[in-house]
Amino acid sequence: MSAIGSDNSVYIARKRRNVVMLTVSSLALAFGLFWLIWILSTLLYEGGSALARVSLYTQMTPPPGADGGLLNAILGSLMMATVGTLIGTPTGILAGTYLAEYGKQGWLASATRFLNDVLLSAPSIVIGLFVYSIYVAQVGHFSGWAGSIALALLVIPVVVRTTDDMLELVPNSLREAAAALGCPTWRTIMLVTYRAARTGIVTGVLLAVARISGETAPLLFTSLNNQFGSLNMNAPMANLPVVIFQFAMSPYENWQRLAWGGAALITLAVLALNILARALFRKSA
Amino acid sequence: MTDVPPVDMTDSQRGGPQPRKRRAQWIDFAFESVTRIFAILVLGILIAILVSLVIGSALSLEKYGLSFIWQSDWDPVKERFGALVPIYGTLMTSLIAMAIGVPVSFGIALFLTEMSPAWLRRPLGTAIEMLAAIPSIIYGMWGLFVFAPLFQSHVQPLLIGGLGGLPVVGGLFEGPPFGIGMMTAGLILSIMVIPFITAVMRDVFELVPPMMKESAYSLGATTWEVVWRVVLPYTKVGVVGGIMLGLGRALGETMAVTFVIGNAHRLSASLMAPGNSIASALANEFTEAVGDLYYSALIELGLILFVITTIVLAISKFLLMRLARQEGART
Repeated sequence: MSAIGSDNSVYIARKRRNVVMLTVSSLALAFGLFWLIWILSTLLYEGGSALARVSLYTQMTPPPGADGGLLNAILGSLMMATVGTLIGTPTGILAGTYLAEYGKQGWLASATRFLNDVLLSAPSIVIGLFVYSIYVAQVGHFSGWAGSIALALLVIPVVVRTTDDMLELVPNSLREAAAALGCPTWRTIMLVTYRAARTGIVTGVLLAVARISGETAPLLFTSLNNQFGSLNMNAPMANLPVVIFQFAMSPYENWQRLAWGGAALITLAVLALNILARALFRKSA
Repeated sequence: MTDVPPVDMTDSQRGGPQPRKRRAQWIDFAFESVTRIFAILVLGILIAILVSLVIGSALSLEKYGLSFIWQSDWDPVKERFGALVPIYGTLMTSLIAMAIGVPVSFGIALFLTEMSPAWLRRPLGTAIEMLAAIPSIIYGMWGLFVFAPLFQSHVQPLLIGGLGGLPVVGGLFEGPPFGIGMMTAGLILSIMVIPFITAVMRDVFELVPPMMKESAYSLGATTWEVVWRVVLPYTKVGVVGGIMLGLGRALGETMAVTFVIGNAHRLSASLMAPGNSIASALANEFTEAVGDLYYSALIELGLILFVITTIVLAISKFLLMRLARQEGART
C-alpha cells in the first residue's frame, strides 16, 4: 500500500475506478427504490382518503358527479379472479406434475416447459385478443366467463412453472421409500410428493392470484365493464382494473377520486399477497 | 383387516393381490395420461393463440400482405391500415427502456450480490421485486397524473434545450414539451423492467464459483475488476438472457404505455412527441372498432406483437438454458 501504492498512478486509477463504479451501483439501487417509494406514497396520498370511506365498499359505481363506491367492481373482480384461479390451478398443477414426475427430460416435457416459459411473459393483451376471438366473438357478447378464461390463461403458466420447480426439489429418496412400501406411483404423488411440495405450490398459486388481480389488458376485450351491480357471469362484468382505467381517463373529478381509491386498494391487495406468499415460502424453506 | 384369508391358500387362489395390483396399474396409467393431457393442453395454448390470431387477421393479411408492416397510414374511415407507427413506437419505447433499465439493473444486481451487507440483502431485494408486483395500470395512472406534469415542466425543457440543438441526435429531442410521449413511456417502462432483469442477473451472478472470484481477489483485483473481468464474462450468456426477458416484457406492456404515450397515429422523429405502440393501439381501439377490415388489421397488430415477443422470449429462454446446461456440465 504505502511504498508501491502512494506514487503508482495505475494503482490509484484502479482504486478510483472501483470507488466510482461501486458508488454508481449504489445509486442504481437508490434509483430503483426511489420510484417504488414515490409510486406507493402517491397512491396512499391520493387514494388514502377514498380508502378510508365506507361507501367505497358498500356503494355501486356512480354516474359522473354523484357519490358512490366500487362495490360492483370489487365483487366482479373477486368473482372473476376466483373462477380464473379455480380453472387455472388444477390445470397448472396437473401439467406441472407431468413435467416433474413423468415427462422429466423427454421431448414433450421439454417442449412444454419451453413454451410455458414463453407464455409466462407473453403480452397479456394478446391473451385478451385470443379469448375474444375464440369465445366473445363466437357467443356475441362480452361476459364475466370470458374474463375468467383470460385470467385462467394467465394463472396456468405461473402454476405450471412453480409446481414443476417445487416437485423437482422433493428428494427422490421420499419417492423411493414410498415405492419400497409398495405404493403405486399415483398414490406416491398424491400422498408423498404433493405434501412435501405443498407450501411451494401454494406460494405459486398466491403469486398467480396476485398477478391476475391487477391485470387490465386482457379484461378490456373479455369482461369489459358494467355500470350496474350485475353478478351475472354471462353478461359484461364490472371489475376493478377496467373501472380504474375508465374513471382515471374520464374528466370527472369524483370518478378520478374513485379511480385513485381503487388503485390504492388493488395495489395494497397485490403487495399483501406477494408478501404473504414470500413469508409462507420462507417459513417452509 | 378383519377377514384375514386362511393361511393354507396361495396368493392366486385368494384372488386378492393380483386384481388389486392390476387395478393399481390401471389407475397409475390413467393418472399419468390425465397429467399428460394437461401438459399437451398447456403446450397447445401457445399454438392455439398463434392460429387464432392468423385466422383473425386473414382479411388484413390478404389485402395488404407484407406492406402492412411499412405502411404508415391508419385511417379507419377510409379503411387504410398500416402498422409502421405502432411498430416504431413499440420498438422505440422498448429501446429507451432497455437503455436505462439494463445499466440500472446491472448496478442493483452488483450491489446486492457483491456489496450489500448480508442482513440488508433480503429486504432490499424484496423491495426491488415489489416493483414487479405493482400492477401496470398503477404505473400508467401515476405516470399520467404525477410523473408527466413534472417531466413536462422540469425535465423536458432541459432535454430539449440541451440536446435538441445537437447535430444527428438533436432531432430526437426537438419539439414542444408535451409531458406525455414516447420518452415518458420509455422511462416508465424502464422502471417496470428493472425487477425482471435484476432478478435474472442476481441469479446468474450467484452461479459464479466463489473460488474464481477469490482467486481474482487474491491477485489484488478490486471489486469492480472482479465483477467486470470475472463475473460478467462467466455469466455473459445469462445476462443477455435476462436482458431479452426484460425486452420481451417491455414490448408487450400495455396499460402503462397506453396512459402516457399519447396515442397519436403519427410518425415523428422526436421522442418528445406523442406516438403509439401496438399494445396501446389495441387497448384503445379494439372495443370500438367497426368493420371487419378494421378488426382484422387490429388483430394483425396483435399477431405482429405476439410473434416479436415470442421470438425475443424464446431467445432469452434458450440463452438461460445454455448457461444452466454449461453450469450442469461443470459441476
